[in-house]
Amino acid sequence: MVKKEEYKKALHAAFPHTIPVLTGFLAIGAAYGVLMQKNGYGILWSVLMSALALCGSMQFVAITLLTTVFDPIQAFLLSLMVNARHLFYGLAMLEKYRGMGKARALLIFTLCDETFSILSSIEPPEDVDKKHFYLLLSLLNYIYWVLGTFIGGIIGKFITFNTKGLDFVLTALFVVLFLEQMKKKENRVLGIIGLVSAALGLLLFGAENMVIPSMVIILLILLAGREKLCC
Amino acid sequence: MLLTPLQTFVMVLAVALGSALSRFTPFILFPQKKDPPKLITYLGRTLPPATMGLLVIFCLKGVSIATAPHGIPELIAILVITAVHIWKSNVLLSIGSGTIVYMVLVQTVFS
Repeated sequence: MVKKEEYKKALHAAFPHTIPVLTGFLAIGAAYGVLMQKNGYGILWSVLMSALALCGSMQFVAITLLTTVFDPIQAFLLSLMVNARHLFYGLAMLEKYRGMGKARALLIFTLCDETFSILSSIEPPEDVDKKHFYLLLSLLNYIYWVLGTFIGGIIGKFITFNTKGLDFVLTALFVVLFLEQMKKKENRVLGIIGLVSAALGLLLFGAENMVIPSMVIILLILLAGREKLCC
Repeated sequence: MLLTPLQTFVMVLAVALGSALSRFTPFILFPQKKDPPKLITYLGRTLPPATMGLLVIFCLKGVSIATAPHGIPELIAILVITAVHIWKSNVLLSIGSGTIVYMVLVQTVFS
């Protein structure tokens, strides 16, 4: 009983932080489900992909791979590259995910842009167990993504109200969590390093290939500035 | 559906494997029983703010400044988010108002 109460408390604390993700994932997940359907891949395939891969942008890229010659090696390598930013999330969460027991594998498996952003910017209330908070927040976001894909596969075609621009909710989430990070003075220069490096990566390598170059630039600056940036 | 069901299944697994590997690699390289090297701890502390900056730009990567509407809806929405967030410091309020402003802009003014 006590455990159940604890989970309930953690759920109450975690849920509000996931509302923007709920909105965004239902919208984008549904768009993904619809697009898969249009390319001849029914709900079973789109939901399976969302449940196993859980990687928004790569899943959209994968649609083009599913409509050309069968080449799983290319799919694997491309997935690794597009998802390379997860490496940063892992490095950043090493400390937080320590001592999480059995939940740890699940936390790592469900670590996405949104979950990383929230967990690295927001601390759970003091009376809530961290492990429960991290786990519930991660699982909620995961469920939203799979559920969004499922709904998109079923009713995507019938949505009539104009949802254009709704997916901006995730951009807004990242902007706000960026601002949350900027509240701490010592984070400001780091945030600017991220913005400038990514802008540079985008300018030099284009929208399709920006992620890895941007990560390399960030790493180089952080390593070069280790003495000054370290507090 | 161009591929056979078996081929499709293999493709799903390939994408999932790449995705999972990118997630698990740091945790495999630096197991929790040992303290990670100082450099990794340093990166763990400095990467989140920098990565949030990267994510913001990553989300805006498809916006073309050269062609209409020149990224103006995005710019206005981000300014609204920043203003509301500095004013009220309420995460949901900032996200909600920014998203609504953006939706109204792209559906009416810049449609």
